Amino acid sequence: MDALTRKAYELRRDILEEVYKSGSGHVGGDLSVIDILTVLYNEIMDITPENFGERNRDHFLLSKGHCVDALYMVLGDLGFFDKQEAKDTFSAYDSKFIGHPNTDIPGIEINSGSLGHGLALGVGMAIAGKMDGMDYRTYVVLGDGEMAEGSNYEAMMAAGHYHLDNLCATVDLNGLQISGTTDQVMSTADLGEKFAAFGWNVIHVEDGNNCAHLVEAYHKAEACKGKPTVVIAHTVKGKGVSFMENNKSWHHGVMTEEQYKQAIADIEEVLS
Amino acid sequence: MNTITNRQAICDALMKAAETDKDIVVTCSDSRGSASLAPFADTYPKQFVEMGIAEQNLVTVSAGMAACGKKVFAASPASFLSTRSYEQAKVDVAYSNTNVTLIGISGGVSYGALGMTHHSCQDIAAMAALPGMRVYLPSDRFQTTKLMEALLLDKDPAYVRVSRSATEDVYDENMEFTLNKANKILAGKEAVDATIITCGELVPYAVEAAKALAEEGISVDVIDMYCIKPLDEEAVLAAAEKSKVLITAEEHAPQGGLGSLVCQLICEKHPMRVVQRSLPDGHIISGNNKEIFAYYGLDDLGLAKTVKEALA
Repeated sequence: MDALTRKAYELRRDILEEVYKSGSGHVGGDLSVIDILTVLYNEIMDITPENFGERNRDHFLLSKGHCVDALYMVLGDLGFFDKQEAKDTFSAYDSKFIGHPNTDIPGIEINSGSLGHGLALGVGMAIAGKMDGMDYRTYVVLGDGEMAEGSNYEAMMAAGHYHLDNLCATVDLNGLQISGTTDQVMSTADLGEKFAAFGWNVIHVEDGNNCAHLVEAYHKAEACKGKPTVVIAHTVKGKGVSFMENNKSWHHGVMTEEQYKQAIADIEEVLS
Repeated sequence: MNTITNRQAICDALMKAAETDKDIVVTCSDSRGSASLAPFADTYPKQFVEMGIAEQNLVTVSAGMAACGKKVFAASPASFLSTRSYEQAKVDVAYSNTNVTLIGISGGVSYGALGMTHHSCQDIAAMAALPGMRVYLPSDRFQTTKLMEALLLDKDPAYVRVSRSATEDVYDENMEFTLNKANKILAGKEAVDATIITCGELVPYAVEAAKALAEEGISVDVIDMYCIKPLDEEAVLAAAEKSKVLITAEEHAPQGGLGSLVCQLICEKHPMRVVQRSLPDGHIISGNNKEIFAYYGLDDLGLAKTVKEALA
């Protein structure tokens, strides 16, 4: 097992502990997006606790903000804050580790959680970078259910119009949302065609939970000049936990003790 | 008669500041002409971003730029900026406390006969309800300039509403101005019959009404409450102390605007009679802004009549 994959599974174990303790969270999406977050923060982006206050460093936005449970574990792992504190207090009374990204948490750029905002924020960050002649890149992670929000298409249009090759979006295409499959709820059909129509470079990653494939896609994105890139990561919701995979009821399901033990056992089996 | 609009004053203030501060950015939604910001776009093309007719994107992209160190002034018709982009103003500007000033142009009934789609008579209520969002409706060009100079110095979110047409001068360039302190046009008496608390385009009408009433022996102070949030409470309470009655007048719906905010304060701190004048909660007649103000009793004649009726 390569180091990134190992890291992603260790973080899965952290996430399960965090959401089980809190009795809340969005565990299904956390497990589908964790490989993307692991790759971006550990291999692709230049964002560290040391450079976070600087202007010319990469920028990251979790537009599907309800999966902040996963982001907390990634940021805690990188030393932005005490990961154990986040696990112990996630969504608890008076905790700063609330259920959506907020700037009280070191490493989080801007408040989010209302869907359909991250891409436009990323467009603004990318335009600012071009204005300042800075070479940073802006990364935005979106959910596929979130792509029903119309504001995304205004942002896609602007990113294409301004040829923002310093902007890279990722769609965590796990095919499920709270009420059912995205095809049932509101079909986004071929998202790649939509992005392409607005002038984007489109990269599909057929196994969006494969860290090596994701790394390759982000390197290709960085090499693409003159247009923004979207990485469409075909992921599995609940990835890594047998009874959660591709099951919509785990969008924000709460585990029993027995289920928690089973989930941890599933992850440990991969890690061993 | 003054012909210089408040939007021109805004453009002048931004251009002056942009000379030395490269982080100042103006964004528009196909609105650079109607915002009088075309000179800024022409002079500082690298500090101007056109977002097209997409007000929601305008606001969020502006917030994204601000998160990367830019000082952004987003100008768009007040009607669309305050309601179509309300979610974006709430989350990306107010909640995230980004350095974005929302400039609502052609505010209130500036677009007169274009109808309700283009009126912004809910913007004070909407914006004032957002934690962290300040709300300003400057009256004349001099106050607008002073306000912009003050806002350029801070980093907090604000919503500024200005009219499309020129407002008669109330002050001059040597006017006194302290951010978040109302300007007062006083009758010069220790106690007065009435105080009109108003803002924006209605201020010159209130001043005219006070002058006309003075000739009839009725003393009226005018408070130019350009700072609706944070409201200058001290000024309101001082007016309450010295007046027999308070009149509020605003180019806004009756709910949630200046009148409501004044009444909230008066009810708690100094109960007394407050007569509220505003646009109606309903269809607004067709006409230019002056005709509309006259119809709803918000011009000098209407306000004078309201004062007399209140004192009767």
